[in-house]
Amino acid sequence: MTEKKHPQWAMAIDLDRCTGCEGCVVACHAENNVPLTSPDEAERGRMKHWIRIDRYYEGTFPDIRVKYRPVMCQQCDDAPCEPVCPVYATYQNEEGLNVQVYNRCVGTRYCANNCPYTVRYFNYEDPFWPEPLELQHNPDVSIRPGGVMEKCTFCLQRIQRGKLESKEENRELADGDIQPACVQGCPAEAMAFGDIADPESKVSRWAGSGRSTQLLDELGTKPRVFYLEKGA
Amino acid sequence: MTPAAAAEERIRQDLLRPLSGAGAGYCAAAAFCALIVAAGAVAWGLQIDRGMVVTGLARPVYWGFYIVNFVFWIGISHAGTLISAILRLTDAGWRKPVTRAAEAITLFALMIGGMFPLIHLGRVWLFYWLLPYPNERLLWPNFRSPLVWDMTAILTYLAGSFLYLYLPLIPDFALLAKRTTGLRSKICGLLSLGWSGADYQWHALERANKLMAVIILAIAVSVHSVVAFDFSMSLAPMWHSTIFAPYFVAGAIFSGIGALVVVMAAIRKFLRLENYLRPVHFDNLGKLLLLMSVVWLYFTASEHLTVWYGNNPLEMNVFQAREHGGFGLASVLMVVCNFAIPFVLLGIRKLRTIPTIVFSGFSVLAGMWLERFLIVLPTLANPPLRAAAGTYLPSAVELVITAATFASMALLYLLFVKAVPIIAVWEYEHEADG
Repeated sequence: MTEKKHPQWAMAIDLDRCTGCEGCVVACHAENNVPLTSPDEAERGRMKHWIRIDRYYEGTFPDIRVKYRPVMCQQCDDAPCEPVCPVYATYQNEEGLNVQVYNRCVGTRYCANNCPYTVRYFNYEDPFWPEPLELQHNPDVSIRPGGVMEKCTFCLQRIQRGKLESKEENRELADGDIQPACVQGCPAEAMAFGDIADPESKVSRWAGSGRSTQLLDELGTKPRVFYLEKGA
Repeated sequence: MTPAAAAEERIRQDLLRPLSGAGAGYCAAAAFCALIVAAGAVAWGLQIDRGMVVTGLARPVYWGFYIVNFVFWIGISHAGTLISAILRLTDAGWRKPVTRAAEAITLFALMIGGMFPLIHLGRVWLFYWLLPYPNERLLWPNFRSPLVWDMTAILTYLAGSFLYLYLPLIPDFALLAKRTTGLRSKICGLLSLGWSGADYQWHALERANKLMAVIILAIAVSVHSVVAFDFSMSLAPMWHSTIFAPYFVAGAIFSGIGALVVVMAAIRKFLRLENYLRPVHFDNLGKLLLLMSVVWLYFTASEHLTVWYGNNPLEMNVFQAREHGGFGLASVLMVVCNFAIPFVLLGIRKLRTIPTIVFSGFSVLAGMWLERFLIVLPTLANPPLRAAAGTYLPSAVELVITAATFASMALLYLLFVKAVPIIAVWEYEHEADG
């Protein structure tokens, strides 16, 4: 990972800090123009959340502990979604991001089947927003048409803006300059984002913690998201 | 007229009789099938217009009935070509009245099965992006994707099985050109490619048939292996299995024979060809069906035993889903249809009659459809992260399109038996000569 070009984006999430408030989910919807779903459709499992909170319950009533786990695209280095796409609509870019090319996607949905994290979301129809929400679209993010797969991009548009701004101001990109919407919106400060190739970055320090784990790492997908958890 | 010539003339009359005229029953059946096919076309149109929202697909089940039907129909397509190729290569004399009926199943099942990857696409109008066509942006399809292999394999098989069906039709087209009048005679004459029945032409035809039989065998095995790769190349629990390619090929031949006996029984009854499709043909196909039933059980047992014994939590998650609830019921039905019924009815010699063989054929078709269903759905509904588990119920649109595929098969066959003799006249004459 370190031999590749800088920066190499990664994320770390401290599950012991996460309260399951879903602030990240709301922030992501607003930032990335993620379409809303009608209650009927949502009940059928058609809601789209690029980041979602999975809940796991431990113990039996009344001694129940709930564990929250925010799950988004893990930006795998060996991503199972990439080789199966017949039209190259998804691939890994130089900065380690697993990018989705909406214009190229024909909607075979093979990538979503092959994603062990189930973080890819399909547009069953053209997106819609109830009034007045269509007025708050983020102009930096394209609207995805029906029939196309979409997923978390680590806020590619913010990464791009951060790089341009630092270039304009003639300085190096500093750790923490770029924050995806979920990281910025997390009230518990349970998320860190940055360059994993830089050993001094916050995300590197968190990922190197003794509590650090990766989701389903036994599958060999080499995810770029690290989960910090007691007893790991 | 010598007795031999009289016998030949009688065979010709018998085999060509179904080609002329259409009774009320035939017209009603054709109209009924056409109606269902039209309903399917409307349903597909609705889906293209409104999006996949009209299906029952929802996260995490991104593939549903369409892919089940796809695998099922590609499996049926192995009826023909594979069986007829094996029988041609082993020179089994009893094959002669069976081969064309089987080859036609192949072609039609492939045409139907090949539609499903398109029907299932989110943006079907861009399907040609899967083809490696030259374009100004130098974009290529992703040759690492099993879907691209799939498309290549199916198009190859389609072309091959068309040729394999067409070659033995040439002498019959020449015969038809002589015995019909008007436009039909002209078309048949064109399709006979100048066949005059000269010795060198018979030689060339025989060689071409043998060669195509060898080629089509290899293609058929590879096609269903590649269909299996759609699943086994993935990382999903109980899809990622090395046994899938031979398992799918065996299942395909199994369901193919099932389809063949059902179609043959229909032809025999409705075209009154009892003297040509004799009990021995059904008996031989019944034995083949029995053999494949046992082979299928062997594959199914070893697939499940290894998963159960290995006890990998992610795989056991899917394994248990297959054993309980609705999927559990489907599993039991699958074993009953694919093994219990054919094994008893075909395994006991006294019970092996034409009606029971045909019943077994139906049972195997149902069982193999369930098998494909049980391979596709439980894995998708139970992804590795338990919190992401989901369910699937097909929508009306998916059901109508599924019904339409069976109706298209029937319709294509109804048209086919009116267009050409369903039993190769010349092959039969050769047998009568010998």
